[in-house]
Amino acid sequence: MTSATFPPSPPENTSWSRYFGFNTDAKVIGIQYIVTAFFFFLIGGLLAMIIRGELITPPADLVDRTVYNGIYTMHGTIMLFLFIFPVLNGLNNLLIPTMIGAPDMAFPRLNAVAFWLVPIFGALLIGSFFVPGGPAYSGWWSYPPVSTQNPLGHFINGQGLWITAVALSGVSSIMGAINFVTTILRMRAPGMGFFRMPVYCWTALAAQSLQLIGLPALTGGAVMLLMDLSFGTSFYQPEGGGDPVLYQHFFWFYSHPAVYVIILPVFGIFSELFPVYSRKPLFGYVYVCLASFIIVALGLVVWVHHMFPSGVAQWMRNFFMFSTMLIAVPTGVKVFAWLGTIWRGKLRLTTPMLFCLGGLFNFVFAGITGIMLATVPVDIHVSNTYFVVGHFHYVIYGAAVMGIFAAIYHWFPKFIGRMPYEGLGKLHFLLTFIGANLNFLPMHPLGLMGMPRRVSSYDPEFAFWNVLASLGAFLLGVSIIPFLLNMVSAWVRGPKAPHNPWNAIGLEWLLPSPPPEDNFGEHVPTVISRPYGYGTGEPLVEHQAEIENQLTLEEARA
Amino acid sequence: MSNSSDRSRPPISSAGLAGLLAWIGLLVALSWWMAQQAYRWLPVQASTAAPLVDGLFSFETGIGTFVFGGVVSVMAWVLIKHRAEKYDESDAEPIEGNTRLEVIWTVIPLLLVMAIAVYAMRVNTKLGVLGPMEHIHLANPVEDQGGYAADRLPAEQVEVIARQWSWEFSYPSVNVSTTELHLPVDQPVSFRLVSDDVIHGFYIPAFRLKQDVIPGRAINFNLTPTRQGRYRLRDSQFSGTWFAANQADVVVESPEAYQAWLKNAASQPLQPGLSDAVIEYGERKQLKNPGWATVPPAPPPQVNVPGSNSLPHDA
Ligand code: HEM
Ligand SMILES: [Cu+2]
Ligand SMILES: [Cu+2]
Repeated sequence: MTSATFPPSPPENTSWSRYFGFNTDAKVIGIQYIVTAFFFFLIGGLLAMIIRGELITPPADLVDRTVYNGIYTMHGTIMLFLFIFPVLNGLNNLLIPTMIGAPDMAFPRLNAVAFWLVPIFGALLIGSFFVPGGPAYSGWWSYPPVSTQNPLGHFINGQGLWITAVALSGVSSIMGAINFVTTILRMRAPGMGFFRMPVYCWTALAAQSLQLIGLPALTGGAVMLLMDLSFGTSFYQPEGGGDPVLYQHFFWFYSHPAVYVIILPVFGIFSELFPVYSRKPLFGYVYVCLASFIIVALGLVVWVHHMFPSGVAQWMRNFFMFSTMLIAVPTGVKVFAWLGTIWRGKLRLTTPMLFCLGGLFNFVFAGITGIMLATVPVDIHVSNTYFVVGHFHYVIYGAAVMGIFAAIYHWFPKFIGRMPYEGLGKLHFLLTFIGANLNFLPMHPLGLMGMPRRVSSYDPEFAFWNVLASLGAFLLGVSIIPFLLNMVSAWVRGPKAPHNPWNAIGLEWLLPSPPPEDNFGEHVPTVISRPYGYGTGEPLVEHQAEIENQLTLEEARA
Repeated sequence: MSNSSDRSRPPISSAGLAGLLAWIGLLVALSWWMAQQAYRWLPVQASTAAPLVDGLFSFETGIGTFVFGGVVSVMAWVLIKHRAEKYDESDAEPIEGNTRLEVIWTVIPLLLVMAIAVYAMRVNTKLGVLGPMEHIHLANPVEDQGGYAADRLPAEQVEVIARQWSWEFSYPSVNVSTTELHLPVDQPVSFRLVSDDVIHGFYIPAFRLKQDVIPGRAINFNLTPTRQGRYRLRDSQFSGTWFAANQADVVVESPEAYQAWLKNAASQPLQPGLSDAVIEYGERKQLKNPGWATVPPAPPPQVNVPGSNSLPHDA
């Protein structure tokens, strides 16, 4: 990290306007990503409220069936491609350089381009609500032949825009992945060997490698779908000798690993936060690191578990059942490591810690229904029912979104320089935890009873559980209010944050809050021990005491 | 409240051990109870597959309850016992790991999931539910048939045609077509599943079976109903606008009633079968603002017996 490769930083620009333009500072891009993602989260959430509003009564009475299909398709697509991936990339941008002591990403301009693609394909997707015929309606899977039916016959149509947006999202994610992987591999602080790297960086590295392996399959599959839709080819059209199941292989070869792209960084967040708020080192650090890569390896050979009922050979069913179940083992290693970490710790139930504990609770539940889904005979019964919708929302809302909230509360003081409010945070947690469980638990009995997913109406015997789920959903909708209040008011006039408000260990906490544009600049400290040295008394870097004194002095002076 | 003074605490007291064992006993009892309850969350068992699937699900529920209960107990214990005192800013004892523990909690879950997988594979083999095999080079001839293995070679093959959005069932040997599926109880039946347009899902929850119907293929699918009653067949693979309404009734009856039904059906004139989509589409076209474009529903199939989809059903 010499000044030859990184010219001296210009005087810091702290005005609001830098968030609205092309900026190459990873921290600015990180916040751009996160704020954009939450903008789309609100839209996706609004659509979810309409879905649950429709499903609070059996008939299709709130919205027209075509509208319903468009809405649930856009809900899934927006939540995945415009909320969860961007918000995680935002965290990557904030955390990776600061955690490893790099001044920025390896390719700052590529980083900015990757971000700006998000609002562009976001506008494409949202814009598809306004084209004749409405948005794509075939679900975020977009299985052909439903997705290649084009009732109006227009060349510009919702489905075409959808495919273009997803392909662009793939391009953006590949740009991001190249950047994150390179940064982690090449720009670590002196002394930071792989086994001195924070677990968040391990999980980000694992997740981003998955993007590099899997995304080309999705993008290729999507291009072929677009050809079928718009140019009359028949890769997937049975009339022309194509095979619709082929698309499913392309799609799931990426989209199964995508769930690990989502959940691995959340494992990273849990691994960072449990030690801080238990005042203990992460239990079994090396095993937790390695488990991420075992999950990657296994995660690449399980995609057919999404296709058990679509007609695959018995040997494939058995093979993919075994491989799927094996993933429970490295995942279990992580869960036990977190339990080992909090065990006999000195717990502090701050907002981030509450979100971690709640997230772990939900994740374990999701893991158990996941095992059920892995076993072919049970999956045959519940696949494509609300059981699956319940399962993955436990993962994605119950664990991933909770982990993301934990991360936001935890690192907010570092990157914004102000403290979030604890009271509002705890209220947010309480509403989220109750809302998520009330929303998603009832989906399991519904699925077991045989209620298919994606239906705009249903038989009256399903009414009871659907009412509960909808009430939970509305509560979740409300839960976002204290969060937004907290973020906005803390950002505008929250108390100034010291450099290390949680008394945490990590390179990022040896920076001022917020960090200067090039982080440590030329003064990157040398790492001399493993992360998470809570209670060991071992310093993380050389001259740690002096650095901390200097920071505290500056804080006192300010 | 573990303060730093008890660093060298003894492994575990005998009272503690007794408490722990009692708690584990309680968890086992709870898991056992949940495993029994699991049957009640599922629809009635109406095919030979149902008890097999339900048994596996119950087993998984039991194990799952135990694991979930165990993890939550640890979390609850920690929350009660290991909270930092109000002004205690100190760190806890820095335990970084324990290789023996790591090995134990790798091997135990491994054994557990493998036990479940082996159980599931046995059920799987017994069920033999299979999809289309014609494109798989490795297929051995036996695998060409789906359905419960013991049910092979049924007397009659019912043709199932899925469309946007209706289900048509035809019995070629007696020349009967219907939009309400009738089956004799305790007799193996073989289906030939075809789709006219997009992928549909052939799913009868009371039978616990599901098979995608893929355009461009004919899929053989076998099962044996075991309980008389009226059940719903639901489309399980999203098929477009009227996906939700793409349902039909399945009537399982005694062989005599079935034969009588067939005979009566054969004497009925052809008439339009059930199709909610066609009705709703008609109403929609009357509207001033008919909404976003949709694929027009296929005309209702001409059948001898349309059936009804508003009768009470068992599952
Ligand atoms: C208030 C919170 C939420 C509610 C009430 C909600 C509700 C629903 C419902 C009812 C469905 C089922 C649509 C169907 O299959 O018929 C659904 C689907 C889906 N949701 Fe959510 N959801 C919420 C949050 C999220 C979040 C945070 C994510 C991801 C980050 C997400 C991702 C998805 C996906 C991928 C689908 C599948 C869409 C499809 O079937 O194609 N949801 N959601
Ligand atoms: Cu998967
Ligand atoms: Cu072949």
